[in-house]
Amino acid sequence: MKDNSFIKELFWNVLSPTISIILALILGGIVIFFLGHNPFDVYVQVINFALGNPTGWGYVLFNATSLILAGLAVAVAFKGGLFNIGAEGQILVGGLLSAVVGLSLPNLPWFIHLPIVLLSAMIGGMLWALIPGLLKAKLGVHEVINTIMMNWIAYALTNYLVVNVVRETGVIYPLPQTAELPKSAVLPRLGFFFQSIGINIPDSNPVNASLFISFIMLILVYFLLWRTTLGYEIRAVGSNPSASENGGINLSKIIVITMLISGAIAGLASINDVLGYRHRFLDNFSHGTGFTGIAVALLGKNHPVGILFSSLLFGALDRMAIGMDVFTHIPREIISILQALIIITVAVGNEVFTRIFLRRRKL
Amino acid sequence: MFYAIFSWETISSAIRMTTPLAFASLGGVFSERSGVVNIALEGMMLVGAFFAAVFAHFFKNPWLAIFMAGIAGTFLALIHAVVSINFKVNQIVSGVALNMLATGGTTFLSRLIFQAAGSSPHLEGLKPWSIPILSYIPGIGKIFSDLSPLIIIMFLIFILSHFVLYKTVFGLRLRSVGENPQAADTLGINVYLYRYIGVLISGFLGGLGGAFLSLEHARVFVETMTVGRGFIALAAMIFGKWTPFGSLSACFLFGLAEAVRMRLEGVGLPTQFIQMIPYILTMLVLAGAVGRAVAPAADGIPYEKEEI
Repeated sequence: MKDNSFIKELFWNVLSPTISIILALILGGIVIFFLGHNPFDVYVQVINFALGNPTGWGYVLFNATSLILAGLAVAVAFKGGLFNIGAEGQILVGGLLSAVVGLSLPNLPWFIHLPIVLLSAMIGGMLWALIPGLLKAKLGVHEVINTIMMNWIAYALTNYLVVNVVRETGVIYPLPQTAELPKSAVLPRLGFFFQSIGINIPDSNPVNASLFISFIMLILVYFLLWRTTLGYEIRAVGSNPSASENGGINLSKIIVITMLISGAIAGLASINDVLGYRHRFLDNFSHGTGFTGIAVALLGKNHPVGILFSSLLFGALDRMAIGMDVFTHIPREIISILQALIIITVAVGNEVFTRIFLRRRKL
Repeated sequence: MFYAIFSWETISSAIRMTTPLAFASLGGVFSERSGVVNIALEGMMLVGAFFAAVFAHFFKNPWLAIFMAGIAGTFLALIHAVVSINFKVNQIVSGVALNMLATGGTTFLSRLIFQAAGSSPHLEGLKPWSIPILSYIPGIGKIFSDLSPLIIIMFLIFILSHFVLYKTVFGLRLRSVGENPQAADTLGINVYLYRYIGVLISGFLGGLGGAFLSLEHARVFVETMTVGRGFIALAAMIFGKWTPFGSLSACFLFGLAEAVRMRLEGVGLPTQFIQMIPYILTMLVLAGAVGRAVAPAADGIPYEKEEI
């Protein structure tokens, strides 16, 4: 009986996003049709562009890397009953701190330099998540508004610092950015690695070693949440705070720890761009990754396996958007519209399913 | 330099910066008083700004454009209402998705309709008004001359909203479904209906705020031109303790900060710290360090009708 419901749930978890994606694609197809293109041709072209060749795969994996980490950050908080909309700000602060630390350290061997820089990214994210976490734990202030406010403070603060304090000198690049990080503080690109296993992703492709870090984090988060006492406590607080407090869990401690873990992972979401791709901090480089992370976590049901697949989906969609520019005159934002529609329909689908499920149980 | 910053011109400019925030912020008051958190205000402003530009450009009628901006905001709000009231989806998730939809949708349509990347052609706004008598006073008169009619309408809507929310049965009911929907339901008040009304009003007002931005302030639609103003409006609503005049005062404070910021930018000073003021103040208010802000009790909680 129990197994049966598990399979049913799994079936639904796959079915409901699939229906949403198909619905969104049909809607997009109608728009494409009215713009005078054949939707099937366009879809075949852009999907082939994203998924039909090694270069496309590289870009999809590159896009997915940041999304996996951002999605995990949101999901850990969700599991602890917290809504971290502040991933965006945490990414920016983590990215800036890692770049500044990486630039200010003297020449070091990479196996010392790189871990310090990675740790700085996590610390930056943690700092930014700590404030809303403390306010929630000590004063009971809802974290949603505070994390939103912290995002905008992060935009302004990192903008100030990169324009007035740590801007690259000498070169006039139109957008404010820091100087380039030394070789010992950056993550290598993975072209050579994929070539060695027979996948011909060119060396210039931005996919980099952050991908492995994101995979490691997927596994670590799984172990943390489902295989450790701390994870059990986080989930207990998330599903029933007052019961877990009666059960002897220190509520405010768990809230702060959850936010710190969430912030640390969000801070790591910056490394794909800062340490792996650009090798410097570019003003406002995150471009909404933190918000897409919310969508990724929602679509992946806050589970690492789900997050892996939803990150790949959103990563592929982002690559398809570039394909739209290459093959058609249709603005690429049609893909953002599809992404938003997928989020809304999946969220509605989840609610409808829980309702049907609950009603069955009552009967 | 002090006089260059604090002059009557700065006050006029502050009033102009206040207006879009104030419309959206009042929208937030209506939505959250009925119990629905609306972080999609940002998106509602953006669709308002865009559709105001479209209608002003093709029909050359600014009043129609402003009305249609409100309708566009209402349409986005309708999605928020269906998704979060009927389907009881987390209101924050719905808001985040709608903001993405608004950003993607307006940029997509803007590229198609205006055929140029980035912005619309120059737009003709409303003819400015000067308030008789007051505008002739030397000095302070500057504040009352060459006003956008939308600014005056904004003030009237605030007075009306205060009256409606606190002096009418409708307002009492709207507030009651945001405080205690179970009790309201027991008294025969249709909770869903009032929440729909609250959310739809917020969409219309958010759209008007956007229309002011594109049509009256910038006189052009620029992609993603709201840049967080919806969130500042949200902050102002909290700072103003979920009341019309409270949020209006907060909006003026934030509008003044914005006006001063623009002056300082003119003399080349870093202004990012002034940009942070609304956000930091809001966090302080929520933490109880500056006054105390208490949200409507059922704000953000979907209402589940008891099954008998």
